[in-house]
Amino acid sequence: MNARAFMPGGRAFDSAIAFIVVLGVNLAVTLGPAAAISIQRVVSEKGIEAWLVEDHAVPVLSMRFAFRGGAALDAKGKEGLADMVSSLLDEGAGPLDSQAFQGRLEDLSISLGFMAGLDNFGGTLRTLSENRAAAFDLLRLALTRPRFDPEPVERIRAQLLAHLARSAERPRGIASRTWYKAAFPDHPYGRPAEGTPASIKRITARDLKDFVARRLGRDNLMISVVGDISAKELAPLLDSTFGGLPARAQPFTVAEVAPTAAGEMFVIEKDIPQSVVMFGHRGIKRDDPDYYTAYVMIRILGGGGFTSRLTEEIREKRGLAYSVYSYLSAFDHAGLIMGGVATGNDRVAKTIELIRAEWAKLRAKGVGAEELADAKTYLTGSFFTRLNSTRRIASVLLSVQLDGLGIDYLERRNGLIEAVTEADVKRVAKRLLDPAKLTFVVVGAPEGVKPTREAPAGKI
Amino acid sequence: MPGLATIKRLEAHIIFIAASIVFIAGVAFVPAQAGVFNPETFTLENGLQVVVIPNHRSPVVSQMVWYKVGSADDPPGKSGVAHLLEHLMFKGTKVMAPGEYSKILARNGGRENAFTSNDTTAYYQVVAVDRLELVMKLEADRMVNLVLTDADVLPERNVVVEERRARTDNNPAALLDEQMSAALYLNHPYRRPVIGWKHELESLTTEDVLAFYRRYYAPDNAILIVSGDITADKLKPLAEKYYGSIPARKVAKRVRLKEPPHRAARRVQLRSPQVREPRWGRDYLAPGFSSGEKRHAYALEVLNDILAGGATSRLYRSLVVEQKIAVSAGASYDGDAYDLGTFSFYGQPAAGIGMDRFEAAMDAEIAKLLGSGVTINEVKRAKKRLLAGAIYARDSLRRGARAIGTALTTGQTVDDVETWPEHIKAVTRERVNEAARAVFKISNSVTGLLLPEKAQKAQKAEQP
Repeated sequence: MNARAFMPGGRAFDSAIAFIVVLGVNLAVTLGPAAAISIQRVVSEKGIEAWLVEDHAVPVLSMRFAFRGGAALDAKGKEGLADMVSSLLDEGAGPLDSQAFQGRLEDLSISLGFMAGLDNFGGTLRTLSENRAAAFDLLRLALTRPRFDPEPVERIRAQLLAHLARSAERPRGIASRTWYKAAFPDHPYGRPAEGTPASIKRITARDLKDFVARRLGRDNLMISVVGDISAKELAPLLDSTFGGLPARAQPFTVAEVAPTAAGEMFVIEKDIPQSVVMFGHRGIKRDDPDYYTAYVMIRILGGGGFTSRLTEEIREKRGLAYSVYSYLSAFDHAGLIMGGVATGNDRVAKTIELIRAEWAKLRAKGVGAEELADAKTYLTGSFFTRLNSTRRIASVLLSVQLDGLGIDYLERRNGLIEAVTEADVKRVAKRLLDPAKLTFVVVGAPEGVKPTREAPAGKI
Repeated sequence: MPGLATIKRLEAHIIFIAASIVFIAGVAFVPAQAGVFNPETFTLENGLQVVVIPNHRSPVVSQMVWYKVGSADDPPGKSGVAHLLEHLMFKGTKVMAPGEYSKILARNGGRENAFTSNDTTAYYQVVAVDRLELVMKLEADRMVNLVLTDADVLPERNVVVEERRARTDNNPAALLDEQMSAALYLNHPYRRPVIGWKHELESLTTEDVLAFYRRYYAPDNAILIVSGDITADKLKPLAEKYYGSIPARKVAKRVRLKEPPHRAARRVQLRSPQVREPRWGRDYLAPGFSSGEKRHAYALEVLNDILAGGATSRLYRSLVVEQKIAVSAGASYDGDAYDLGTFSFYGQPAAGIGMDRFEAAMDAEIAKLLGSGVTINEVKRAKKRLLAGAIYARDSLRRGARAIGTALTTGQTVDDVETWPEHIKAVTRERVNEAARAVFKISNSVTGLLLPEKAQKAQKAEQP
């Protein structure tokens, strides 16, 4: 069992600091260019673009792709449509019914899956080189000729309903759905991407087919491929796999939105020994010029690591929680600063007080030179150590595309982080952090925590 | 990056819906995988076994130190001590202030963590290759120089109490698992939870932890595994320099309490107001790769793939697709245990299907298996998929280290891992059937039911 989901902090000796400063200089040098990954832009004859990293060490290929437009576009009353489509595309397509399609994937050890986020609809494919042609062909069938036969539709519907019921058992799931519902009462971000029992029951085969026809257009498509394939081999596969999709998806808009319910405390009573707490307030979007400053700042406040002030105060000094954290959550149309903690019912009030105090302290005083430098070398150094499987690299390349950061982003990223100054953090902390605006949701039987109003009604 | 977080969340979702993806990856890697990691090995004079797994994709290395000790070695009455020690290894040493270790790691762009299981405790870091020497120095230091006081231990013990609440006490399914293990093993320490029983965990002392540390943490009870952009030639002088001077403690081989014969099937049932969806599970004691009738272990892996390796496997196809009795149905085999393995079945009845009917359908599948056995084609297909999994395993910095570390701390050898594909290839239909008959005896099992609190209405209906 992993004991260290979040790392402790502590005090450093002077000698160790000197030792590290030297290493810190090296780090920027070696992990920048030396680990830089060579990304090729592959454009097919039909104009379909993919980012490719060739790696022939193992006869394996991983692909990630996504279409802009996700569960936030589900019609009111049909929440969960994108999610249901994602569960059904590999349940029969073209001449193959569900068992035949799944059987083919299993015989060839091909992993194919789809996923619906709020802002995009994505997929993943992984195959051995020897089965590459079959893998891309099965993906083509899934995207362009899904069957939505009654048997798999009803089977998957039953699984989605069971999944909803199970996540309603989990305190963390309850906290999350309540938080978003309170923060975005009139916006699709406040509705659960996985739908509700009523909406899942309402979705028809027609809805599923319409989704595929309208949403999956080549103009919204982004692709990354990593592994044992050359650009020359990939280009025709892009055409044969994605070329049959409509050139354009149905246009859509999602309104910009800021969270409401600032400063509220919601309590959902459950007879459990530990309260699960979720908190957050307005944050910052990915294209904001202050994004990197906010990113470094939030690492210092509650990122998963040694300099995290929340971990130091709540876990290390007082043993109040196994994990406490904060993070930036940037949707396409809203930015949030979020956090979470879980602690015994009799310790919740104290823990919330400490969280608010750390929020206030950072807002008032900013950060010190040493902790800023430490956070920067962690963020710049650790990033490249994560790029250690074809899947992982493909996934990072796809998010770079979704965030519109440019094909040279991996080379620029560390520079953007290194450029953050103490003055930047001070300014951005004043702009973004406000303990009075934090919205808390507590699920459990907390002692001494008074709700400010009732939790939003409806099925959670 | 927010984009990364989004994708991570989505992947968790895929795991739920498309169970087949998990199984293709999962089953293939769990036991002692596909022998193509090509590791180099050597042993220092003090007994430290060293394994190097070269992977030159990027200038990154992972260091893992595995100790051949786990929660099954917790002394009686002190359950949770192996895991609490794992937490406390991140405190101070004779030359490091408490907490400094993680600070240095992070400042150097390193990621780190640790984990404890029944048989194993392991610590790891992932760093740029020019930081390897730094992490070796730090890991060697805490192998021998750990310093603990009540000021370190007492708050961390509270952290672990909260960890227990988060993992187990807040989660009825985990509470049921705990009860099932306690019922399955009559005598063996696998019956105790890794994190410890709450009342014992809360009474662990600094001296308990230090006694455990002094007894088990030593080079002759440890394995160093370095994978990534490195070779044995380069690593050897560093291993000598940092670990070579640590004295051996002559740690005794583990001898745990043995199970008496199991004569009666056990059943446990947990009702909770938190539960909305009933769930069913059954665990059978089974041979493992280093325990019991070892020859069955490879056959059981093949059998597991036949039963539960995806949407066209026996259990899902029969119970979920054809009979529509279940929303999920699966199995898993864990043969990586120093003493006893387990073979488990699990599932969730479809809406409106009673638990009795679900269990009868599951029992019918097991009876069918024992009666007519598996087919040659099923065996062929499962073997092919398992062997493909061995190739996928090489596409990762950590799979090899995990597989070899698990093997070496559960009584297996590097050679067992490397020859795994040969053993899988040698499995026959007869051997699968023989293994199934050896394992699926109801007296060797525990069955667990997770149920909602009885609704008012239901109670009334029962008393007309």
